[in-house]
Amino acid sequence: MALSDLFSRRRKEHAESEAGASDAPVHPTKVLARFIAGLSSRPHPVILDLGPSVGSNVNFFGEELGCKIIVEDLSKDVDRHIRDGLLEQFPTFLMKRFPQETGSIDGILCWDVFDYLDKKSAKALADQLVRVLRPDGVLMAFFATSEPQQGFRPEYTRHVVVDKLNLQHRPYPAARPKQRPLPNRDIQRLFEPLRIVEQFLLKTNLREILLRKAPEPAGTAPVSPSA
Amino acid sequence: MWKRDEAVKPTSGQPATPATAASTQTVSAPTAVQPDVRRIERDIVNIGKSVVIKGELNGSEDLTIEGHVEGRIELKDHVLTIGPNGKIKAQVFAKAVIVLGEVNGNVTASEKVDIRDGGSVDGDIISPRVAIAEGAHFRGSVDMQRKGAQPQPGQQKASSSPQPEKAQASASISTPATTAAAH
Repeated sequence: MALSDLFSRRRKEHAESEAGASDAPVHPTKVLARFIAGLSSRPHPVILDLGPSVGSNVNFFGEELGCKIIVEDLSKDVDRHIRDGLLEQFPTFLMKRFPQETGSIDGILCWDVFDYLDKKSAKALADQLVRVLRPDGVLMAFFATSEPQQGFRPEYTRHVVVDKLNLQHRPYPAARPKQRPLPNRDIQRLFEPLRIVEQFLLKTNLREILLRKAPEPAGTAPVSPSA
Repeated sequence: MWKRDEAVKPTSGQPATPATAASTQTVSAPTAVQPDVRRIERDIVNIGKSVVIKGELNGSEDLTIEGHVEGRIELKDHVLTIGPNGKIKAQVFAKAVIVLGEVNGNVTASEKVDIRDGGSVDGDIISPRVAIAEGAHFRGSVDMQRKGAQPQPGQQKASSSPQPEKAQASASISTPATTAAAH
């Protein structure tokens, strides 16, 4: 066997194990393509990813957008606070969690992190995300619409991008189950002053939302009183 | 009564050496195969488990680290492998970096960074290609600029800036100079 054949076979095997060798189900997504479109005009966007680090996602966004990705896995923080019995301090922790400068992030991938937070923590997190998002920046989040099932072992979901229209949902053990789903108006209030620009309710009972921060007023010069 | 093995016939007039002394004779009486073996040995350098280095590490050959290194590692055109026992607290610059151990610091590679299962990186990565295995730990940022893209003004500063305290539980970042008001 030629050496190049061996290498190409290894590459193929590696790619399969990264992208789709897992039996986890693949679900369609409507909002991811919009999220990418919302950032594609930026020369070198900065993305904040609140999910676990997924190598193929890093490559996907890197190739699509030529971006910088900051991975801040919040599930580990949730687990740590539960393990240490400090869950009531989680909202305070979240308020200091993000060292990023105000208005420095072009896009935020929240995935389904809000499903695992109580209302106080969700508000603290949303406030921080609104702060770091730059004007005209976009935020993508998923929300469950059905009550969490009791009696099942709690799980997080690792969202692996298959392509712009499909995500593989890979479960992994969680210390906390999903909380009660948030109604639509609560989601709107949570992220004020961001505006919901796209919203999809999928057959999987998942609500996909894309929010955008209002762009800065054109020009920095004050508007003349006569205008 | 024993047939002489023709394959170990000495070259360049050197006397034949008994097999028992092979280990001591490899340098003085190399066989036809030995130069290749030595070349491979020369190209892949190991820093063993018990070695601790503090300071700057520069090189012009591939390197595997199984020990501890603190400071700065620079292998501009070569591959750096952090073995499973390797612990690095340093800024790393290489052509390609393969991580099976622990790295605490920023990693800059001109070709690829590969964090394997069991590998851990706490720091910012700048590389056109990044692979992170499922069992790997990574906390920080990944900067994969498109080919031909100019680096952002603050970027070099970011890559050489020290990591924040773990208590802050986040990775360092430098963003473009635009710090628009949020509200």
